[in-house]
Amino acid sequence: MKIAVLVKQVPDTATRIALAADGASIQTSGIKWVLNPYDEFAIEEALKLRDAHTGEVVLVSFGPDRVEETIRQGLAMGADRAIWVKEEPSGSAEMDYLGRAQVLVAALAQEAEWDLVLVGKQAVDDDAAQTGPLVAALLNWPQAMVVLGLEVDARARRLKVIRELEGATERVELPMPAVLGAQRGLNVPRYPTLPNIMKAKRKEVRQVALADLGLDAASLADDRRVVVEGYQLPPPRPEPKVLTGDPAEAAAELVQLLHREAQIL
Amino acid sequence: MSGTLVIVEQLEGRVRRVALEACTTAVRLGQGPVTALAFGAGASAVAEVLGAHGIEQLLVLSEAPFDRYSSDVFASAVAQVVRQVEPTVVLFGATAFGKDLAPRVSGLLKAGLASDVTGVDADGDDLAITRPVYAGKAFQRVRIVGTPKLVSLRPNVQPATPGGGAAARVSTPAVEVAAPQAVVTATQRNDETVELTEASRIVSGGRGLKAPENFRLLEELAAVLGAAVGSSRPVADEGWVPHSYHVGQTGKVVSPDLYVAVGISGAIQHVAGISNSKCIVAINSDPDAPIFKVANYGIVGDLFQVVPALTAALKEHVEAS
Ligand SMILES: Cc1cc2nc3c(=O)[nH]c(=O)nc-3n(C[C@H](O)[C@H](O)[C@H](O)COP(=O)(O)OP(=O)(O)OC[C@H]3O[C@@H](n4cnc5c(N)ncnc54)[C@H](O)[C@@H]3O)c2cc1C
Ligand SMILES: Nc1ncnc2c1ncn2[C@@H]1O[C@H](COP(=O)(O)O)[C@@H](O)[C@H]1O
Repeated sequence: MKIAVLVKQVPDTATRIALAADGASIQTSGIKWVLNPYDEFAIEEALKLRDAHTGEVVLVSFGPDRVEETIRQGLAMGADRAIWVKEEPSGSAEMDYLGRAQVLVAALAQEAEWDLVLVGKQAVDDDAAQTGPLVAALLNWPQAMVVLGLEVDARARRLKVIRELEGATERVELPMPAVLGAQRGLNVPRYPTLPNIMKAKRKEVRQVALADLGLDAASLADDRRVVVEGYQLPPPRPEPKVLTGDPAEAAAELVQLLHREAQIL
Repeated sequence: MSGTLVIVEQLEGRVRRVALEACTTAVRLGQGPVTALAFGAGASAVAEVLGAHGIEQLLVLSEAPFDRYSSDVFASAVAQVVRQVEPTVVLFGATAFGKDLAPRVSGLLKAGLASDVTGVDADGDDLAITRPVYAGKAFQRVRIVGTPKLVSLRPNVQPATPGGGAAARVSTPAVEVAAPQAVVTATQRNDETVELTEASRIVSGGRGLKAPENFRLLEELAAVLGAAVGSSRPVADEGWVPHSYHVGQTGKVVSPDLYVAVGISGAIQHVAGISNSKCIVAINSDPDAPIFKVANYGIVGDLFQVVPALTAALKEHVEAS
């Protein structure tokens, strides 16, 4: 099987988010950048499928210079090679989800015979959860997002998927090629071993410029449909009322506070 | 181009609340007539409740293949209906259904989508939109260029207010359907009673509970409160509770009226998922635990004493009122 895993670099979830002085963007200095946690599940699933059915796992990422480190992290988990669409510092920050999805689809279109495209169910920076279905729509392939379980019938080229809903799951059947979005619970991602980290340094990371894909950042930015105007931080939470002392008394007082003051009970 | 189209999701034959929230939002946005699109057998039975929430016209696709969800068939149908109705705004619920469908429609129409939106207001011909990012550590202000503007609404944020209108007029739009590719073959409900993302009260436990069997204490507290039970990530990872319980940046982002964190330290990834809660109560033996920084109320103490005491005090309160 030939599997592409779309991987995004995001701020470590431990990051405290601060705004740039003009409030128009997030402060990026001092951020530790990591592989989107959901993309780890996508990579792990791809590796398991490759090992069961042979084939290769190709990471595809669109991002600036700093993403190479994240790509190497995915290669160290065991992916075979990577395609890195280089995002130039100017202009491309303005692109919207559709623009970015077009870039990823153009990168995929440089090669033939993909069986699967795996993505994370959502990126933990923009929380958009749009890229998977967008890529599927642009490729005109079927999709299943928020996937908790996957069975592949390679001969019949059919997939059986378990998808998470609110308080429920559903089974979905679909043909290959398809786009699948990985959810936590699908598998347990492996840690890169030291030998694999060393090997990853020598694996192929093919750099592609937007121009090589017949695209340019300025027109993609011009065509954008979603414009980010700025950010704000959540309002500060009020000073807490903290009770100490005898548990029964504290509990009784809390009930009164929830009833009288917070008016929740 | 005018009006708003609401994509209606049904669950077990009933309109989901988020769809009614979308109807009320559509009326408030005042972009012109509000039309709804519903799928599935029996969808015309919903004309009354939708009419009461301001829907004038209800489009229904009830014949096969619309009796089973298929992202490709549904997205293609929505795109065709959008081309016919020509709304300026299309509203979805940001549920598993809407999150699957809306971006695919966005890709088919090349129309902009703002997903999981918590704030939307009309601003001239435009929409002023707010959506949480970094699991609520910040909010993004966005605008959508051109029409239609696609918006998926986070459940439980907008009100659903019946205005008392007559039942919606029902008709069937003409759409062309290709053979479905991805098809839902079965749905299974979890045995947990209340879904976290929809719960108005949540009691969550962390590693402070020490062992899986101690979640019983939380279940008893939750039962008196009518609350759902959640957890921090490590206890879900260790299998004390199902993965679906885990709250936080890489789990469920919740927005209940009351969130009770028991034996949870308040790591930044956990707090990100609960910061939209109206009232946070923390129970922790460590007075310096970071959870107290985001809590409205806290009790410093041993949860094995505090939780049973709280359950008892609540029972007393319920019986007295
Ligand atoms: C990439 C990444 C993503 C993550 N995403 C999430 C996420 O989405 N959600 C999440 O929750 N975590 C997440 N985490 C984990 C997070 O960093 C913390 O490790 C986790 O939230 C801590 O869980 P806890 O509060 O249950 O445990 P601990 O931090 O161990 O806290 C236990 C608490 O219980 C208290 N306690 C102990 N005994 C008692 C007692 N008898 N009575 C009262 N209190 C007691 C202690 O004082 C302590 O505060 C993530 C981590 C990473 C690296
Ligand atoms: N710039 C990107 N490069 C590669 N993959 C991406 C990129 N942006 C998003 N993705 C993929 O799409 C998923 C969902 O991202 P999002 O739509 O931003 O929530 C991520 O988990 C990645 O798998």
